[in-house]
This record gives sequence, C-alpha cells and structure tokens, in this order.
Amino acid sequence: MMKKRIPGKLPSLLAASALIFSSLAQAADAIKVGVLHSLSGTMAISETTLKDTVLMLVDEQNKKGGLLGKKLEAVVVDPASNWPLFAEKARELIEKDKVDVVFGCWTSVSRKSVLPVFEELNGLLFYPVQYEGEESSRNVFYTGAAPNQQAIPAVDYFMNELGVERWVLAGTDYVYPRTTNKILEAYLKSKGVKDEDIMINYTPFGHSDWQSIVSSINKFGSAGKKTGVVSTINGDANVPFYKELGNQGISAEDIPVVAFSVGEEELSGIDTKPLVGHLAAWNYFMSVDSPENDAFISQWHKFIGDQKRVTNDPMEAHVIGFNMWVKAVEKAGSTDVDKVEQAMIGMSVPNMTGGIAVMNKNHHLSKPVLIGEIQDDGQFEVVWSTDGTVPGDAWSDYLPGSKDLISDWTAPIQCGNYNTITKKCSGQNY
Amino acid sequence: MLLTRFMHSDRGGSILLGLLLLAAILVPLLNLAVPESSPLHLPTYTVTLMGKYLCYALLALALDLVWGYCGILSLGHGAFFALGGYAMGMHLMRQVGDRGVYGNPELPDFMVFLNWQELPWYWYGFDMFWFAVLMVLLIPGLLAFVFGWFAFRSRVTGVYLSIMTQALTFALMLAFFRNEMGFGGNNGLTDFKDILGFSLQADSTRIGLFLASVIALAGGYLACRFIVNSKFGRVIVAIRDAETRTRFVGYQVERYKLWLFVFSAVLAGIAGALYVPQVGIINPGEFAPLNSIELAIWVAVGGRGTLYGAAAGALLVNYAKTYLTAAMPEVWLFALGALFVLVTILLPKGIIGLLQRRREGSA
Amino acid sequence: MARSSAQYFIRYPAGAGTNPWLRLLGLLLLLVTACNPLQAQDFSTAVQTLDTKSFSAKEEAISALVETGGDRTLTVLQAMLEGNLHSRNEDGLVVILDDRGGERRIYDAAQGNDLGTVGARETRKIGINNSLRTALRGAIARLNLGSPDATVRLAAVQAMFSELEPRLKPLLQEALAREEDGKVRDLLTTAIAISDLENDDTALQLEAIEILDDSILPEARNRLAVLAEQADSPRLREAAHQALKNIEFRLQLYALAETIFFGMSLGSVLLLAAIGLAITFGVMGVINMAHGELIMLGAYTTYLVQLAMPNHLEWSMLVAVPAAFLVSGAFGVAIERSVIRFLYGRPLETLLATFGISLILQQLVRSAISAQNVTVANPGWMSGSLEINAVLSITYNRLYIVIFALLVFVALLAILKKTTLGLQVRAVAQNRPMARAMGIRSEWVDAMTFGLGSGIAGVAGVALSQITNVGPNMGQAYIIDSFMVVVFGGVANLWGTLVGAFTLGIANKFLEPYSGAVLAKILILVFIILFIQKRPRGLFPQKGRMAEN
Repeated sequence: MMKKRIPGKLPSLLAASALIFSSLAQAADAIKVGVLHSLSGTMAISETTLKDTVLMLVDEQNKKGGLLGKKLEAVVVDPASNWPLFAEKARELIEKDKVDVVFGCWTSVSRKSVLPVFEELNGLLFYPVQYEGEESSRNVFYTGAAPNQQAIPAVDYFMNELGVERWVLAGTDYVYPRTTNKILEAYLKSKGVKDEDIMINYTPFGHSDWQSIVSSINKFGSAGKKTGVVSTINGDANVPFYKELGNQGISAEDIPVVAFSVGEEELSGIDTKPLVGHLAAWNYFMSVDSPENDAFISQWHKFIGDQKRVTNDPMEAHVIGFNMWVKAVEKAGSTDVDKVEQAMIGMSVPNMTGGIAVMNKNHHLSKPVLIGEIQDDGQFEVVWSTDGTVPGDAWSDYLPGSKDLISDWTAPIQCGNYNTITKKCSGQNY
Repeated sequence: MLLTRFMHSDRGGSILLGLLLLAAILVPLLNLAVPESSPLHLPTYTVTLMGKYLCYALLALALDLVWGYCGILSLGHGAFFALGGYAMGMHLMRQVGDRGVYGNPELPDFMVFLNWQELPWYWYGFDMFWFAVLMVLLIPGLLAFVFGWFAFRSRVTGVYLSIMTQALTFALMLAFFRNEMGFGGNNGLTDFKDILGFSLQADSTRIGLFLASVIALAGGYLACRFIVNSKFGRVIVAIRDAETRTRFVGYQVERYKLWLFVFSAVLAGIAGALYVPQVGIINPGEFAPLNSIELAIWVAVGGRGTLYGAAAGALLVNYAKTYLTAAMPEVWLFALGALFVLVTILLPKGIIGLLQRRREGSA
Repeated sequence: MARSSAQYFIRYPAGAGTNPWLRLLGLLLLLVTACNPLQAQDFSTAVQTLDTKSFSAKEEAISALVETGGDRTLTVLQAMLEGNLHSRNEDGLVVILDDRGGERRIYDAAQGNDLGTVGARETRKIGINNSLRTALRGAIARLNLGSPDATVRLAAVQAMFSELEPRLKPLLQEALAREEDGKVRDLLTTAIAISDLENDDTALQLEAIEILDDSILPEARNRLAVLAEQADSPRLREAAHQALKNIEFRLQLYALAETIFFGMSLGSVLLLAAIGLAITFGVMGVINMAHGELIMLGAYTTYLVQLAMPNHLEWSMLVAVPAAFLVSGAFGVAIERSVIRFLYGRPLETLLATFGISLILQQLVRSAISAQNVTVANPGWMSGSLEINAVLSITYNRLYIVIFALLVFVALLAILKKTTLGLQVRAVAQNRPMARAMGIRSEWVDAMTFGLGSGIAGVAGVALSQITNVGPNMGQAYIIDSFMVVVFGGVANLWGTLVGAFTLGIANKFLEPYSGAVLAKILILVFIILFIQKRPRGLFPQKGRMAEN
C-alpha cells in the first residue's frame, strides 16, 4: 500500500499556507478597528449583535468625516466561540491586520484568553460585558459593569425595598457566578444574614431540567420569611428556569428573581409572560426615556433594517467605549496605544440613560445602576436607580484576596493590582 | 543510513519528513534573521499558527494509528489531548509563582479569588518540569489503559466503542467545568509567563516551541511507522481485518489493542502538552465531543491508514478553517459540513487515496 | 351609612396591613351600593392620573380610580395589569392598546372610543412593578368577586394565611358557618386552627395542634416550629414536636413522590429524544449524528406553525405534531437517499457524514431564520400546574410530555408490530438478502424506516420546544444523552429504550439533591460506561443470529 507514488502536490499546499499568511495587507492610510466577536458557535447568539453595533458606529463616524482626517475601517473576524481561537484571532488582528483598537469578547474566558496577547503586543481592547471583576489590565478598558455596579445594588434593593430576608444565590457553574456569589455571600453576612438563610446552587451550562432546583427553591422560600433569588444563571439556561418557575406557580410577587445576565436580547427569544415582574440589574435599559436613547434606538433600527430588534446593556457599553476612544484619539492626536490609554482616563461621554459616563483610573467606568422589572413585551420597567453614578471597582472589597488591592493606571502607581498594605504591585508589571 | 533504509518504501512519509526538515530550517530563519520590513519575513503570528497545526497533525497521527490500522474509532482522543494539555498547563501555572495578580507564591490566581486556602494535593509536583512531563505521558496513558482494559476485555467494539469514548470525553468535560475540581473551571488555565525560564512571549521561545513540535511530529511519525511495520503492526492490521480469526489463530487480541491504544493516547497527550504553551490557554472546551469528531474528520479527509495522510488532513482542514472563518464567517459551516459529507461518500480513502488513484490512472 | 362605610374600606389599597377579610366585606357592600355612578368627568380625570412616573402615585391613583366606581374601571385596571395601558406621546392621553392581529390600535381608556392605529414609538407604556401588580390583582379580584365562584373565595382565604392571628377568629368562624363548599370549609378550619396557635389559652392551642397534626401547609408548619421552640408549657412543646414529626414524615413521602415524578419527566424527555434513534441506530445500524438537528427542526416547525396561526395558539400543538413529523421525516428521507444509502455497512463513515449534515442543518437554520433563539409560546393548557396538595403539584407541561412520550412509544410499537411496514422493517433488519428474496423492496423500507425515526425526532422537538430553548444549537444537547439511552437499554429493542430512559431519568433525579446537577450527570455517564463493559449489549440484548455482528 505504501509503495505507490504521490505527486508533489502536497508540499505546495503546505507552502501555500505559509505564504498566504505572510502576505502583507497594509491598507493605505485608514484607521483600523478590529471586531473580535463570535459569529458562529454557542456565543453567536449574543455576540453577533455587538459586531453589528461596532459596524454601525464605524459607519456613523465615517459619515461624520472619519477620525484625524482618516477613514475608519472595520476588520471583522470570527473566533467561533472557541477560546484558543480568540487568542489566535487577536494576534491576527494586531500583528497581521495592524488594527489600532479592538472591540470584542463576551465571556470571561475569551477575555482571559486574549489578555496575554494584548499585553504582549501592546494592543487596546474594549470589553463591553458585565463581569466578575478581579482584573485590571493596562491594555483593556472594561466598559461593562463590575460586581459593585450590578450585584451589590440589586441586593440592596431586595433587602431595603422588598424586605427580602432569605436568599437563594443560583448560578451557572463558572467563574462569573462563583465570584459574584462569593462577593454577595460576604456582603450579606456583613449585613447580618445568617448562614441558614442563604442557599447557593450551581448548575452546568445550558441546564434545562430545573424541576428539582425550582422545587427546592420553593421549599426554601416557604419558611415564612420573604425570599428572593439572585440569579447569575447564564443566557441559555434562563428560559427553562423561568418557565419552570412560572409553571410551578412561583410568581414574582412570591419569590422575586433578580438576574444579571438577562437583558432585552435574551428576552427576545422568550415568551415573557411567566417572567413578568422578575427583575434585572443593568446600567442601561432600552425602555429608558431619554433623547440620547431615542436617537440611538432609531439609529440602530435604521442600520439593522428591522424595527423589532432590541438594544441592550453591552451595546450601550460599546457605544460609550467607542465614543470615548474617538475622543481620546482626537485628544491624543494619534492612535498610538500608549497615548490613547493615558488620554482615555478621565474621559467622559454622555451615556444613553441621560447621565455622563466617566472612565476611571482603574480602566472601569462610572455608570448609573438601574433595576428594572420584566414586562410582558420583553422590555424592562425601571423601578429603582442609583442617585448618581457608581464607579466600577476592579477589586472587590468583600473578597479576602483582593480587599487590599486597587488599580490605578496613572503615575506614580501605574499598576493594575497595587497592594495598598505592602505598597507593592504584583503580577503583570514585574 | 538506517533511516534511509527504513523510509525506503515510504514515499509519502519521506515527503512529510522532508517538509518538516525544511520547515525546521526555514521558519526560524525567516522569522528571526529576515528583517521585518522584508516581504519574506515570517510573522510570529504565522509561526505559532503553524506550531498549533503541527500539534493537531500529531494528534491526527495518533488517531490514525488506532483507527486506520486497528479499526478502533475513538471519539475520545480529544480527552487525551486535553489531559496532556492540562498537565502542561498546571506546570506553567505553577511557574507563574508570585507573579500572579494576587502575588500568592503558591496558589494560582483562580484559587486565590475563590478563597482556596491551600494547594490541592494533585497539584503537588507540577512545579517541577520533569514531573509535569512524566504526567503528560502518564495521565493520558493511564486513562487509556484503564478504559481500554475494561472495554477490550469485554469486547466492546465498533460503534459501541466510539460512543463510549464519546461519553468518556463528555463526562470529563463536565467534570473539568466544575470549579470544585480545582482546574480553573470554565476559564481553565491561562496567563502563563514562562517555560523552563524562557519567556513565552519572546519570539525565540515561540521558535523553540515550534521546533519542538516539528521534532515531536517527526518522531511520532517514525515511531508509528516503526510500529506498523513491525510484527506487532501486522497483527494489528490482522485484527482490523478479521478480529475473530486473529483470536482463533492464537493472538491475544485484547493485549495488542490495549497497548496500541495506550501508545496512541500518550502521543495525543504529547500533542496537547505542546499545544498549550503555544496557544496560551487550556480550558474544558478542549474535551468537547465535537472536537474529537472533528479530529476524526481530519483523518478521514487526509486518508486513513497512511499516517502521513492523517497529518496532511489535519493541516489541510485546519488551514481551510482558519481561512474560511476569516473569509466568509457566515457560510463556513456549510463548507465544512459539505466537506465532511463529500469526503466520506466520494473519497473513502481521503485525499491521499485520490492522489494514489490519479497516479495509478496516469501510470 | 352603607355608602360611607364602603368608601372607608375601599380607600385602603391592597397590601399595607389591612386584612383581606375586611376588604372582602367592604367589597360586598360596595357591590350593593355601586349602582350610583359618579360623573364621567371624575372617572376620566382619575384615569389620567395613572400616567405618572412615581409608583406610589400610581398606587394612589388606582385606589382613587376604584373609588369612582366607573363601569370601565375593571377594563382599565385589567389593561394596566396586562401592560396595555399606554399614554399617547402627542397629548399624553391615556389609551388602551390592542396589538392583536398585527396592527397597533388604540382606544381612549376613559371612554373606549377607537382612536385608530399608531406606530411603535408613538405611545409609551404606563409601567407597573410588583407591588402595583399585587395592588391591581387585589382590586381586580375585589371587583370580580360578584361571581359566586368557590375558587375565588378559596383564593381569598389563601390570601389571608400570612396574616392569621387570634383576632381574626370570629370572622373566620362566621365565614365557616356560611360556607357550603367542602374545599373552602377545610381551608377555613385549618385557618382557624392556625390562628388558635397564637392564642394564650393552652387548651385551645393543644386542640389546634391536634387539628394541624397532618396539615402540610407551610404556614402551619412554620408556626408549629416556632411553638416547638418557644412555647412556655412543656406539654405544648412536646405536642408541637410530635405534630411536626408527623408533618415531616408526610412531607418526605410527598418529596419522594415528587422526585419520582421529576425523574419520570426527565425520563420522558430522554425517551422522546432517544426513541427515534432507537429505530435508526437500533433497527438499521445507522449512527445518525444529525438526530439532534432533526429534533431541532421539529422544534422550529412548532415555531413556524405558531407564526402561521397566531390567533389559535391553543391548537398550535395539535397542528405542530403532524407537521413536525412530516418536516423532519422528509429531511430524514432526503438524508437517507442522498447520503446514507451509499454508506450502509460502514457505520463509522455514516457517523462522520451525518456529523457533516448536522453542521449544515444548524447553519441552514441560522441563515434562514436567525442565529438567535426563537420564541415558542406555551398554550394555556400547557402552563401552570396540577395542585395535588399544598406541597405537591405537578406542572402540566411535564405531565403532558410524560403522557405524550408514552403515546409515541405505544404508537411506534404498534407500527413495528402490527403494520406491513413494521413487518418489512423487522424483516430487513434481521436478514436483508432473505427479505429481498421474499420480494421486499429493501431500499424503500430503508428510506421509510429512516424517515420514521427522523419523524419521531421531529415530534420530540415539538415536545421539547415547550420546556427548553429553541435555537440552532439545541440538538447538540440531546445527542449524547440519546445515544446513552439507546446503548444502555439495548439496541434494537424499544422496550429497552423505554426502561433505559426512565431508569436514567429517575436515577439522575435521585442523585441530584446529594451531588448537584453536574455531578449527577457525570456519575450517570460513568455508570453507563462501566455498565457497558459488563453487558456490552445493554439491558435487553438482542437474541439470535444477528446479535454477533
């Protein structure tokens, strides 16, 4: 079988692959904006919208005459919900396409995967999704919410406004829920909640059989004290969870659920009737009545060509991030990462809910926190909001490992994880 | 001399080894010696990409050995690959030492912020490179041994074996997703700093890893070739073609299958261990049954039972994937799906088979 | 006098510490006196005050509205509860929106005049929150209570449970004397006993404990627990302890029943997902990795059927089942004719080719419909739950799916055992050359068998659309589980699939409370892997000649 000969085509294939990659693709004089969102695979559901958002923003900016007299050009790649591929595509964007900035990532693991690449090649990433905190990189701007901008205000609302005394912390088993629940547990205990009044439950990704868990939540909630569920359940698993709640007759009036991963986009795939009255905490809701938001929504509808498409919090985060980046580039007069990074700090742009978002020294935003109740049209009715903006906290004050850490990217500290006790900066800047 | 004699009748293999040698010389040269401004310069991005492909090729080789030569279609080879990767990842994690964001000299970052107080026992020893390397070989090998020992002894064969291996990797994926396991849960292990004292971000280290992958692939190929050419290999092929008959002739079929399976798993583990420092992350997604099925497709596309065909298939499909995901993100799944269907129907022996047929036709 | 007392009672919004019984009485009084309509002007003004930002102002506006007694009060409150009360942007007029039938038509809330159609952002919804929702429900219930419906009364008593105290006893007793409905009487008796628990009279308390001895109502249990801890009299404590023990025992029994039902429900899902595979894999020996995608197509068919008949949601399931069977079945036949027939006898290759097909089908749905999950609504009869008692209730959708799965199983068994097609399928499966020699068109039988298996997958998709997400990736979640069930039960044996599915489902649900959902799943997988080593042909191995190959 081995004796047969093979024509020499195989080597040419190999050589071709090497050559195509090394071909130089330097477009003349445009500022390149990389878009690193999954367009296929499990995360495509959420991330495709963000890709379109960035494309819309680039389009809009070009209509305004571009930036620094140059046109903006979007470079879209598909990391296909595959985490190592995120790192590879990030490298491709920075090294091969030479983009000046990247907007991308959704899951924490994809961000963790690209982080070393951005630090090595000194790229610039805008990360638009709420996350567990415990990170601050010089090369990343976090425009989504940190736990103190979402979880803690939501718990305060439950405690003070709804009188919740017993707590169910339900989440998908991954880092964001684990960390958030650790923070919440410590926070609740600091408020005098006892151990037996906290129930913690983790489920796998895409969990669909919620019968037993919902039933045990119901039992936990029938002990005579007002019970609330704080849900860090991830996207897909939410629909069957809420359906089960509805079917087992647990209404929002009995046991309210506040979620941190359920937004307008997720609700657009759900029959929302059984969810009405349950809550979500975000920094933005589509239903907020403000001129900025109205303009944004009609712009989005025009761009996407579909009046039914919704807007959501990560989209707003990209809008804020993009506008800040544009202003920072104008201020710095260049797209050089080091200059833009310094210009970003202290930058402020209007957010969609009528206030001003400010970029802090720790690369996190100051944003308002809103709590909304789900309505039967898939929108949220804002029932509570913070008085002003809340600065994002990179390192939680409620975790023993990080309570002494701060992040400050201005001189003289210049560190993402500065220990205020030892006065040392450990980690990436060794 | 021995090598030339050994490779004498293996034209495809000779081409593969020749190309690997060429790559081993040219790639470092074009990357390090040629200045960046020159059009001949090879960006580091391409070097890591090629290194990654080589790891996949080694993995495909491992699968071809058991599938192409012994008829065992394992849909769990991704698990051995991932276990090798985790063993290496744990070593790299320990190497980070107190340079993690929390500055804890003992615990990796993900343990610190989940309030772990001390290192779990199974993380001990991974700070030593030799121990990690040993584990890279041992853990996949041991798992393959235990699984194979049970499965082959009870004569679980064919599609049942495929489904069981798939269940195995699925179970492992679920297990590694759990944060209590102490392997970083969904985020896996990432943010590595250096290997054997060399910074992973340096171009020279990347070249080094690339060369290591070249050597591993070449070595793996020679070892596999040696096995299939030996008497052991002939029995293996006999088992593939007529298992019952081989058993009646007096061979202990289970043993042959078991050792081949274990060896193949170890190869997969090595591929995983080389893969992790190059891509910079290992997470439970690598255990996904989908990955293992895709691996079988690489082998099928290249042509099974040829060894070099499997390697070529891995390179080809992955290149196509990289190209298609960038060129047409909307439709690349159509192309990939169609490729699988067409190859299995029209090219039962893969591309190598097609080339051979052409050759025969023209000769 | 009567009028003023009605007003007195009604001024209180629901909640806020008033006792519902008094509210209920007030309402009855109101009904007597309500035939005194106030000026339409007042009513319009009251409606208009609902349009405010502040939730507390809205709450006040609601009670003010109820007080006017206008005959459209119920309509307006109902619209508000359903989220159809809007305010028109151009003049701030409060309107009721009706967007059924595709267009957005608005009506003047106060008068009910048709004001034509409007665009999506021309009106703004008057939002409500949970406490308003409670207030609205209370107000609506009170307005609705004119009907002598026992279930409404039952709900009223239930609503009182959280605020029971000895002071309310006379009211409850009075109601009990009047009540004729057995269920309501039982509940009232329990309520009286619970209110007695907090009495100072030990004898009364002991008597109450005796009554509550077998009550599983959470309220009774919680108060008994308090009594068992804090009562001064040791006798009382002892009695409460004993009662609690009895209650706990009964609770455990119900919990066991509940777990078994949960397991059966999970088992029925597994059965539905696996049974089509049992045919294609078990009978034909074809490994169809696209099986999950055929399930997905069934679910999408449900979605499309619902889109096509938006006004007949209740019937959509009945249409969707045959439609999904036909759609998935047609895809199955197409797959068999175009791909699988070239690959008979090469099961491993079929596995790879069908995996390619699964990728194509996923992307097809993504391109043709959307990458997003789609909304599949639950018809009314699939929502809610069948309450057996206070702690045990069975959700309708799960119940129907269990029944449906069994029906599908029986139907399939009948097809295979009683029809000509079934006979031919079995004949071909057992000995192809012989079957051909007997004049069976084996190719046709292959296509039909595969179509049947695929069609069943589509039907499973209809059922799954009622309990989980419908999206391009949904099929992937079921493929491994289905293979496990088939292999565990024993290939080519439908009974094996049935037993396998329910065993795994119930085992999973019994493990879950101890190990958590993830570990339970892992343990089950490990168990199957080990089991197959022990019995490579599953629970019910096929006997006879072909078992060897």
